Amino acid sequence: MWKGVIRAGGVELPVKLYSAVTERTVHFRLLHKSDKQPVKQQLVSSKSGEPVDYSEIKKAYPLARGRMVVLEEEELEKLEPKDSRDIEITRFVDPADVDPRYYDRAYYLGPDGNTKAYFALAAALAKKEREGIAKWVMRGRQYVGALKEEQGYLMLITLRHADEIISADALKPPAGRPLVKKELEMAEQLLNALHGELDPSEFRDEYRARVMELIETKAEGGKPKLKMFRPRKPKETEDLDDVLAASLAKVKRHA
Amino acid sequence: MPEEAEELESGQPSGIRSFWSGSITFGLVTVPVALYSATRSHGTAMRMVGPDGATVERRYVCSKDEKELDDDDIARGYPIEKNKFVVVSDEELEALEPRKSREIDLQRFVDRDAIDPVYFNRGYFLVPGGGTNKAYRLLAEVMEKKNYAGIATFVMRGKEYLVAILSENGILMAQTMRFADEIRKPEDAGLPKVAKASPADVKKLEAVIARRAKKLDPRELSDDYAERLEKLVAAKERKHAGIIRVAEEPRSSEGAEVVDLLAVLSKSLGGGVRKAAKRAPVRAKKAAAKRK
Repeated sequence: MWKGVIRAGGVELPVKLYSAVTERTVHFRLLHKSDKQPVKQQLVSSKSGEPVDYSEIKKAYPLARGRMVVLEEEELEKLEPKDSRDIEITRFVDPADVDPRYYDRAYYLGPDGNTKAYFALAAALAKKEREGIAKWVMRGRQYVGALKEEQGYLMLITLRHADEIISADALKPPAGRPLVKKELEMAEQLLNALHGELDPSEFRDEYRARVMELIETKAEGGKPKLKMFRPRKPKETEDLDDVLAASLAKVKRHA
Repeated sequence: MPEEAEELESGQPSGIRSFWSGSITFGLVTVPVALYSATRSHGTAMRMVGPDGATVERRYVCSKDEKELDDDDIARGYPIEKNKFVVVSDEELEALEPRKSREIDLQRFVDRDAIDPVYFNRGYFLVPGGGTNKAYRLLAEVMEKKNYAGIATFVMRGKEYLVAILSENGILMAQTMRFADEIRKPEDAGLPKVAKASPADVKKLEAVIARRAKKLDPRELSDDYAERLEKLVAAKERKHAGIIRVAEEPRSSEGAEVVDLLAVLSKSLGGGVRKAAKRAPVRAKKAAAKRK
């Protein structure tokens, strides 16, 4: 378990890191069809097709026009961040300012000694509705993250680096003839009718459940029943006026 | 299961493809859309080179006789015991997709701020998928005005996603989210019970937060390692140290790929690239910022 120390404006708080995410994606192995055994991955030269041993590999950074710079291991080692236990909080921001695309992976932080100060920081973050921008080095890598309160605890969510996000600033939104006021009003009524509270536990990964069911059936020697169908090509709604009116009528009937 | 990043990586510069195309529906309204990645990962820039100075490729071989395998020789298996797998075919997996697999059906709209970032996974651009763009613009405008996000699940490339559809400056974005059962509860993660904090301690920490409350500065999210790496590469290039030539044109550099993606996106959005961006493409802007 990774341990660190939160540092923010004179505050020092030792913490332990716990993963908050458990991936449930079904992972398959690649098998050789004839003997049903896992395949092996091999590295081969793109020139000769001959196998290359992993220890002989060097990293290269591509430049323009088919040129690359080969980087030696010692050179790369020098670039690595210095080991540290510090989780440095540089500022506290309004969560609304953080583009959702930055958020990557969540970790809980737990108290490592000073329990009182730990729960006080969680409470203070919740009260001020702020997230701390954190920088730390973990397992040889530099991370940035957001420190926030979650159900009374501290949570650290890793953030993607700025250049991992493709900015939409350079894009113009689709343009066209001005939207019709009546259609805008009906669309707003429709969205309002469909508006509600968010309860993420309402949504289940049904596809995953069906894949696991299929695997179980086959593991027991059963024959799964397959229902094939072809998805239709989507057709854009053109008579928006009528379709919005019909949608509203339908929503109201179900209300 | 597919690795999301692979698609963009394997595309040639001019061949940036969308991950998925289908439609968003709300009420009975259908909006055809195509989905493009809005994030890219580091490390894709680095290539592996062997002792003969040529790039290295990965190949699948039989674990017994090391013979090279074609795609046709490879099956997908789920481990049930040691060395025992249940083989599952593409057809079987396809048949499990929901009937409406080409649809993101927004049956629920929520306040944008109500979504806890703990769920967020990855961002995508959604562009109009043909025909007029009236329904697209209508949805984008109303969602933005109300600060709503639309919530749905859909299947893309062999995996079901929980997704929030957001609207930003007239452009629809999809943010995939983790399912609720993929987020641990604090007690399951091994955390102690919440203890009550002393009001005096909380007050003191609130003051610390208030003193350091600032706007987010994206420069703080810059990747120092990538910057050091680019500096090293530039220095070696200047000195002509360690330069090799590879037979085939390598895949486009990261910067070029982004410019290409932006070109594809702006074409699909039906508009040009904003004037400011035309004068200073991403790569040049980034380099200029670094020179300062």
